Amino acid sequence: MLDQLARLGRIGIGFITHLGRANLLLFFMLRGTDEVVWRPGLLIKQVFSVGVLSMLIISVSGIFVGMVLGLQGYYILSQFGAEQTLGVMVAASLVRELGPVVTALLFAGRAGSALTAEIGLMKATEQLSGLEMMAVNPVRRVLTPRFFAGVISMPLLAALFSALGVLGGYFVGVGLLGVDDGAFWSQMQAKIDLQNDIYNGVIKSFVFGVVCTWIALFQGYDAVPTSEGVSRSTTRTVVHSSLAVLGLDFILTALMFG
Amino acid sequence: MLGSNDQEPLIKIRGLTFYRGSRAIFDGVDIDIQRGKVTAIMGPSGTGKTTLLKLIGGQLHPDAGTIHVDGQNIHELGTKALYQLRMRMGMLFQSGALLTDISVFENVAYPIREHTDLPESMIRKLVLLKLEAVGLRGARHLMPSELSGGMARRVALARAMVLDPMMVMYDEPFTGQDPISMGVLVQLIRELNDANGVSSIVVSHDVQETAAIADHIYVISNGKVIEHGAPAQMMNSELDWTAQFMHGKADGPVPFHYPAKELAEDMLSC
Repeated sequence: MLDQLARLGRIGIGFITHLGRANLLLFFMLRGTDEVVWRPGLLIKQVFSVGVLSMLIISVSGIFVGMVLGLQGYYILSQFGAEQTLGVMVAASLVRELGPVVTALLFAGRAGSALTAEIGLMKATEQLSGLEMMAVNPVRRVLTPRFFAGVISMPLLAALFSALGVLGGYFVGVGLLGVDDGAFWSQMQAKIDLQNDIYNGVIKSFVFGVVCTWIALFQGYDAVPTSEGVSRSTTRTVVHSSLAVLGLDFILTALMFG
Repeated sequence: MLGSNDQEPLIKIRGLTFYRGSRAIFDGVDIDIQRGKVTAIMGPSGTGKTTLLKLIGGQLHPDAGTIHVDGQNIHELGTKALYQLRMRMGMLFQSGALLTDISVFENVAYPIREHTDLPESMIRKLVLLKLEAVGLRGARHLMPSELSGGMARRVALARAMVLDPMMVMYDEPFTGQDPISMGVLVQLIRELNDANGVSSIVVSHDVQETAAIADHIYVISNGKVIEHGAPAQMMNSELDWTAQFMHGKADGPVPFHYPAKELAEDMLSC
């Protein structure tokens, strides 16, 4: 009984220590903000690596998710004779929920895992120690630009996902199933609200960007510097990011629309 | 490169104690690293030789004791002063630790770009001179993934020397090298030390190569300095432990067998 209690205590202390280290890393990354202000080249390079290289998977996924929404939405709405509101349904689903959430999940899988593996391997191959010994702060020089690149890229990728999703829904709804073209766009224009839908979606994707990039960088920086350690950290990045995104999505939705 | 306080050791380690968990890696160690000399720290794997370099570089903090580098207690320095001091230190990591996303040229230029405002033409000349010194001027366009292990270490050596440091620390520079690469590295360490007037600390367990270039050797084991002296003195040491290590004998004070029950007892118990 006492042993179990002690084990539970150790797990609790381990969790809090872990959380403390993650928060300290976030603090030090944010303290290095001037590094990306004075050396924008560092940021641009990472935006390309984290954001631009994720565009293909985000675009393809966005189109297919939009097409499925168009198809499913049409069959449900047509039962009530409301198929002309398909545009609203597709756009609202994408902008409020699916855009930020699915983009964040894909981002964690594509860019997050790559960030963790990169930083973890830099640690394992002593590149981070090497920077320290060259009097270069590895958090400011390596982690801060990647953090801001993730935070900037995520809302843009979510916007791309939503825009292409709407086009996918349009293609299926209007192109294949015969929904009226004018109704599709005009209903969407009338019902999608800038404050309630667009801004809230952007806020969500910004929060997910911070959380996913933070988790990915922390897992890489905290990785055990062996091949197995880096592999475990990469897995943890995807699992923790996905859970954090889904949990936070519920909280944010409750706060925004509750 | 030698200053007015030539007589003072460049690095003075006193009473160094460092624990990993409950295991003492160092237990009251005293070491002096003399200016302009090649000092070797030797000992079997796992005795904390790399840890010692990290302690000297201020990457780890001791549990007790002091390390003075060029008169400054490195563990009492603020971040800015520590980084200032590190700019005068070079370190060659076992893996080379080259940045894998930039070329050989950019790797060597990296510390100059980070810490100076020199014009590009000057950076180019400095980098080419350092690469020439390690024989790799022609490899400046290659990426680190295109280099052999020995070449990577030579590039790392050029990078460590590019800011003309007062000292260079070598972490197992000969491990895993073929005889030619090893010969090149042995020669380079000695030549760069003498030509640039730096002080060198070589951490290694390759006895012959290290003894060939060192001016002074410290042998450490179980958290203590077992013995120190000139290479010839260490090779002829009468201490059993030093003799076993320097001559690579299989059995001696460091037993061949990992602690276990008697063989007969072990075989019969099942």
